[in-house]
Amino acid sequence: MINQKRKAKMALIGLMLLLLLSIVVSVSVGSADITVLDSLKLLVSKIPIIGQLVEVDHLKSTYEVIVWRVRMPRILQAALVGSNLAIVGCTFQAVFRNPLADPSILGVSSGASLGATLGILSGITLNFLGLGATSILAFIGALLTVVLVYRVGTLGSRMVVANLLLVGTAVSTLLSSLISLFMIYNREQLEKVYLWTLGSFSAANWDKVGFLAIITWTGIVIISLFGKDLNILLTGDEVAASLGVDTVKVKKILMLIGSLLVAASVSVSGAIGFVGLIVPQCMRLCIGSDHRLLLPFSVLGGATFMVICDTLSRTIAQPTEIPVGVITAVFGAPYFIYLLYRQSKNGKV
Amino acid sequence: MKETAITVDQLKWQPDLKQKAILNQLSTHFVQGGFYGIMGPNGSGKTSFIRHLLRFLEAKEGEIYLEGKPLEHYSRKQLATYISFVPQNVNIEADFTVYDMIAMGRNPYQKRFQALSKEDDEKIEQAMEITNCKELKERPFSYLSGGEAQRVLVARAIAQDTKYLILDEPISHLDIRYQIELMENLKYLNEKKGKTIIAILHDLNLSAAYCKNMILMKEGSIFASGMVEEVLTKSHLKAVYGIDFEIYEADHRKQRFYIPIISS
Repeated sequence: MINQKRKAKMALIGLMLLLLLSIVVSVSVGSADITVLDSLKLLVSKIPIIGQLVEVDHLKSTYEVIVWRVRMPRILQAALVGSNLAIVGCTFQAVFRNPLADPSILGVSSGASLGATLGILSGITLNFLGLGATSILAFIGALLTVVLVYRVGTLGSRMVVANLLLVGTAVSTLLSSLISLFMIYNREQLEKVYLWTLGSFSAANWDKVGFLAIITWTGIVIISLFGKDLNILLTGDEVAASLGVDTVKVKKILMLIGSLLVAASVSVSGAIGFVGLIVPQCMRLCIGSDHRLLLPFSVLGGATFMVICDTLSRTIAQPTEIPVGVITAVFGAPYFIYLLYRQSKNGKV
Repeated sequence: MKETAITVDQLKWQPDLKQKAILNQLSTHFVQGGFYGIMGPNGSGKTSFIRHLLRFLEAKEGEIYLEGKPLEHYSRKQLATYISFVPQNVNIEADFTVYDMIAMGRNPYQKRFQALSKEDDEKIEQAMEITNCKELKERPFSYLSGGEAQRVLVARAIAQDTKYLILDEPISHLDIRYQIELMENLKYLNEKKGKTIIAILHDLNLSAAYCKNMILMKEGSIFASGMVEEVLTKSHLKAVYGIDFEIYEADHRKQRFYIPIISS
């Protein structure tokens, strides 16, 4: 037992280092060639006090702009979105007791997409806390949809999880067809809307990072409080209740917090699929079902995976960008299938 | 007169107003230290009844009192320190070990993030000893046979260290060796640890051999209740199950045998 705990701790530290490494590497690659050492120096120079010890005056000021204003917010946003989607996916898979549950199962993504579509098509410009009209409308659309799904799914006062899943799917389908309809009647904006729904970090800035960081980290802390409850929920609602878990309340809180997190991440970077489904599942295959470990592993795993995917998305086909959602699926799916294969060969599935 | 532990007063449950009520004007009480069997035909409301006792279903009409206080005045966590539950079976896809599963029984006593205390460890060890599942400790729960899994679920309920233990058909799918092992464990918990046991059972012979008290249900209410030999009589069984029984008593073993008469 103790040995296992230590192993898990080491793995967690390893994952953290991997995340830092991928951030540093990601900052250095791109159309402008900056050495890893130089970008590291630039990053360190931004840290108060220690920063003064690093000599960066000899570096071109354009480098600073590229590293600090262009790449860094983008990378951090990718990391935040990755951890956000992964922890919510992990939570929802336990809450719904369904391995296929993903963060947008309650209709968040389609609601956000519809909001964003309206934002793009209407051409409204506004700015609130650094977020543009598209993001704001996406955020509102996501929240309204979740409220609708939750209300309809829990009619008759009892919470039946299967109902919520079905209503979520129905509403998602409805909203997606509305989006298609809007796109057909606004062909000149079709590409813009379509690209938004695929998700991208190219519009990242520090304001968005700040908005996302506050919501994501608050959410992560709250969800982490429920690690033990999620474990017990896996054994069934009634058994969980008999073990002292207020199942209805716990599920309500987790659905609310989870939806809020996903709404925030979808509204700033579009609906990036697959991460929330695959990362927690991979982690589960590697370290088991204990959510006290699974939640932090998902956070770090999601962030690392997303940073790597986004780096690939903007570098492998320069100067064009491949939508990050495509990368997550192209690299994530085969790896996941490999894990499943390995696991069943060992007779563990 | 023993202290009344759980009182059920005029409990009624009718989830669908177009259908007959599943529980109807059900009143009874359980005393501390009792070993109760709940019997009755399928559909007589046994499971609905214990689901109310465990507050999986809230009593909408009527009231249930646990040690004098209405059940809904207890928080989930508090309630879990009074009553533990052994389900019929558990299907989980998670890869928890037997130890993980049993340790969950300590949840009502733990704060968030708190690791297992020394007391928790002792209770878990004790529970594994009573149910004889020490050698299963590191095994994944989902690989266990039905009998082994049931042992673990009982161990978890013991680790939960509650005065009351409610079981839903704990022996229905076990072979005879596990059935008797489990009933012996319950007897031990009842006699040596003073726990009140309430179990839905179907086997007349084992019920008669182990239970002290019997509640016989029919169509959503209690048909008869009292000491086992008063309740499980030929006429009661005929009225409830519609089947004639021969009852034999083997005096030298203090055991009663129920044999259904199969007429063509």
